[in-house]
Amino acid sequence: MRRVLAALRDAAAPALRAGLGALAAAWLLATPVLAAVSDPAEMLRDPAQEERARVIGRELRCMVCQNQSIEDSDAELARDLRRIVREQVSAGRSNTDIMGYLHDRYGDFVLLRPPVKPETYLLWGTPVIALGLGLAMIVAMRRRRAANPAPQPDLSAAERARLRSIEDGSGT
Amino acid sequence: MSEASVPRPSRRRLLLLAPLAAAAAAGAGFYAMLRGLSTGSYDPKGVPSALIGKPVPDFTLPPLEGADLPALSAADLRGGERPVLVNFFASWCVPCVIEHPMLMRLAKQGVPVFGVAYKDKPADALGFLRKHGTPYAKLAADQPGRVAIDWGLYGVPESYLIDRQGIIRWRWAGPLTEDTLTQELLPLLKRTA
Repeated sequence: MRRVLAALRDAAAPALRAGLGALAAAWLLATPVLAAVSDPAEMLRDPAQEERARVIGRELRCMVCQNQSIEDSDAELARDLRRIVREQVSAGRSNTDIMGYLHDRYGDFVLLRPPVKPETYLLWGTPVIALGLGLAMIVAMRRRRAANPAPQPDLSAAERARLRSIEDGSGT
Repeated sequence: MSEASVPRPSRRRLLLLAPLAAAAAAGAGFYAMLRGLSTGSYDPKGVPSALIGKPVPDFTLPPLEGADLPALSAADLRGGERPVLVNFFASWCVPCVIEHPMLMRLAKQGVPVFGVAYKDKPADALGFLRKHGTPYAKLAADQPGRVAIDWGLYGVPESYLIDRQGIIRWRWAGPLTEDTLTQELLPLLKRTA
């Protein structure tokens, strides 16, 4: 039995280590600065233009991975979209034009910051609503407490006698 | 405020029941999501197409080399005699294999199906069609994948229903299934015919 357990532990150790390694790798990948476009072939030669392309790219969702921007994603489609953004930046198109180009094709979902419009009022309003509800609850609770403060229980005759004896320093 | 002492017991019951009710509601919602996932009616990654109700984008694509089928351009989709299905596929895409029998069936039923081989080597795409059959009346190749972006494509397979005026009426991202066909595509085809 003990041998079986030891064998199991020995077998599990590399898997555990690999798991931790994968976790660490995932953590590194999740750090946006490190995951930004790393392939120098993809970058624009003009640093100012490259910076502008990155600013735009960080606002655009990778439709494949969905919780990453196209700047952070390794997906094939994200690479294509990065290329398109860079082409348009070097062609001198404005940020709004470039975002508009992708918005026309992929809709609101491609924008990591959704536009404020009737369909998204609830989305944008939820934090305000939640804050308002919380404040209202606090105010209501305070009012109620002020209206009827907790009743002070009166001491019984025996308690009063005991208190007096303690105050006199004569009793235990 | 004078009745503050009266609702005490019911309030305590409410404190007990409210979390239970919330948990039950969350459970019901979660169950519905799981059910939807298994039947395909709910797709958390699904994104509506921005092109529904809009004309097909302008494009011209070369034919798939060696397929001996006519190529595809926007002009082929405007002013046709009947609605057509445009299907983006690739030989390297596993769900494409799954949906292929559905495309073959549609073609057999006389629905015009036009194909676009997305980011695929011509030889590989040809091999795929030789193995699984060719449902396509026209077949183009989009090796750089640029035209696909004009269509708002974010993966393969994706299928678009184009009406006779060249307006995109429907988009299905993912493999077509028996259910998709009977519940969505065929009724739409009847309506747009």
